[in-house]
Amino acid sequence: MKKILALVLALVMVLCAASALADGIKVGIINLDPAESGYREANVKDMTDTFTAENGYEATFVTAPTADKQLDAARGFIADGVKYILVSAADADGWDEVLQEAKDAGIGVFLFDRMVNADPSLYTAAVVSDMDKEGETAVAWLESLGLEEYKILHIKGQLGSAAQLGRSGALDKKCEAEANWTIVREGTGGDSWDPEEARKIAQAAIDANEDFNIIYAENDGMAQGAVAALDKAGITHGVDGKVIVMGFDCNKYALRELLAGNWNYDGQCSPFQAKLIDEMIKKLEAGEAIEGLNELNQIINNEVGFDAKTITQEDIDTYGLGE
Amino acid sequence: MIQKTNSRKKHDLSQLIIPLAALGILIVFNLIRGIAIGDLGFFSITTRINNDGNMVLSGNLISIIDDASALAIIAMGMTLVTAACGGQDISVGAVGAISGAVFVKVLDAFGLDNISVLSIVVGLLAAIGVTIIFTLFNGTLVAVFKIQPMIATLILFSCGRSIAYMITGSATPQLNDKLINAIGKTIPGIPIPTPIFLVVIMALILGLVFKLTNLRLYTQTVGINQGAARLNGINPTAIKLLSFVLLGVCVSLASMIQVCRLNQLSHKTLLDAIEMDAILAVAIGGNSLGGGKFRLAGSILGSYIILMLTNTLNDMSVKPESIKAYKAIVIIIIVIAGSPAVKEKISAFWKKVHNSSRRAVAGR
Repeated sequence: MKKILALVLALVMVLCAASALADGIKVGIINLDPAESGYREANVKDMTDTFTAENGYEATFVTAPTADKQLDAARGFIADGVKYILVSAADADGWDEVLQEAKDAGIGVFLFDRMVNADPSLYTAAVVSDMDKEGETAVAWLESLGLEEYKILHIKGQLGSAAQLGRSGALDKKCEAEANWTIVREGTGGDSWDPEEARKIAQAAIDANEDFNIIYAENDGMAQGAVAALDKAGITHGVDGKVIVMGFDCNKYALRELLAGNWNYDGQCSPFQAKLIDEMIKKLEAGEAIEGLNELNQIINNEVGFDAKTITQEDIDTYGLGE
Repeated sequence: MIQKTNSRKKHDLSQLIIPLAALGILIVFNLIRGIAIGDLGFFSITTRINNDGNMVLSGNLISIIDDASALAIIAMGMTLVTAACGGQDISVGAVGAISGAVFVKVLDAFGLDNISVLSIVVGLLAAIGVTIIFTLFNGTLVAVFKIQPMIATLILFSCGRSIAYMITGSATPQLNDKLINAIGKTIPGIPIPTPIFLVVIMALILGLVFKLTNLRLYTQTVGINQGAARLNGINPTAIKLLSFVLLGVCVSLASMIQVCRLNQLSHKTLLDAIEMDAILAVAIGGNSLGGGKFRLAGSILGSYIILMLTNTLNDMSVKPESIKAYKAIVIIIIVIAGSPAVKEKISAFWKKVHNSSRRAVAGR
């Protein structure tokens, strides 16, 4: 028994010495479960790839799917005396107290991907996506094609979700404003953004002999579902086809369809926030101030859209999610 | 003896009256709608040349029957489990995702660029094997441990898709292949979608098994009164487990159809929420959800009704925000029309009319 105790003590001492030697910037990163989606998996990987010892960090990672576990992890990090805490919150509410504790302890907090309902003074900065902008970028791309008529089959995502509202908003606005932009039909893939529902919507439009030349699907899976209906009915699509296919999320398989010319556009919803946070921390460490924050202490993550005519294999490797 | 079989026949057919009536009403509704808008296109069937260069049939009616394929096959299995166990398996969607994952994993092992009949057959057999293990897990909880089916299957309902994720990882494999299209869409030279044939084959196999053996009687007996079944030498546990095995085969087949139809496997959305539609199809088909007597044809009809409803609402371009509400209204009407209370009232009413007319004749 004594031997074991001695061994454990020795191990602890070695570890302490090692951590003292490591001398990196101590950060604690709280994320969500990577199995949740391709987006989250890429996001977790981005964080682990960026906050490495070689990059000058001593990072501890926690992935927890629920708010209470995340809050426990945050308290643990505060007790450990980390210098920065990075959080993608499972729940927007309930963070005030912990953020205040962190602030009192002089710990900088960065929010990424998801906002919390707390006073902006309680966190250093937040790196988030602008869903409205994703829709606007896609609609601007569509407009740049200069078609005579825009007859759109609009397949919405989970109704009421931030991504759906942003991606639908820009298109709805455009269709109201322009006479030659019409939504021929609209439907939803439901809460799971179901490709099968999208396929049925496209199939019903084809069976009714609706004339459409654009499929605006609010994620890649639903675009794929709609394309399956086109293929079955013998309607060509893509770069040289009759129907323009648009998707969102930039999964690798979708970008490959773009590269093959089967689809036309894919809008990014970037899970890559690590680099921006890394730069901000380096600035703070160097005693500089962070610039470019809006009134909510946010930095909007730059997101792009890919065009089938200009996409390269390199883009797929860099920006593609999943396998 | 003759009288007995006649009365049984009569009862059997009465079970199909409600689904047939519902189907009839939906067809009449679409006819009236077509006449009102001056376009009967809903019923037209045309031919098209698909992107592989083959002639295919196209039109709402074809789409309805085609789209209902996966649901109809799962509904058949669900009917058997319902009849034998007096409860439903709510994990069919999640187990279907596992089955799809195994199927694609095997295809991947052979090489996704080089899909052959052999790899598909091996993939399907492997998928069926694995799926049966999972449905037997459910079956054991239900038949041996006597847990309520809904609670027993809740376990795989909640973790099945995670298991599918463990099998495929983050990948969303794409299957763009002629053979895959032949299963999910059409075989070159045959204009009718393949899934329709798969439903017919499955229905024929199950129909023959239940016609040629005593399995129908055994299943119904176990569903109605386990004790009586045991006293008559029927093993209720074995019959219940068998129903889960058959459900497993159905789920695997349906899962393969959907994977081939969409040319992709997504563990999150494959056969999403199909369990609810399958249970609904069983109920609309006039089967008692409490077990006992069953008709597979009723459940197949139920599936076609559900898809016809979906298709009609899509065809009417109902706003996506309100489509579920419309669906719910129609379904509640069908279910109430088929409920025992309403049936009793109607038969009592008939008897009254019948008797009073007879009395009137006698009085004269």
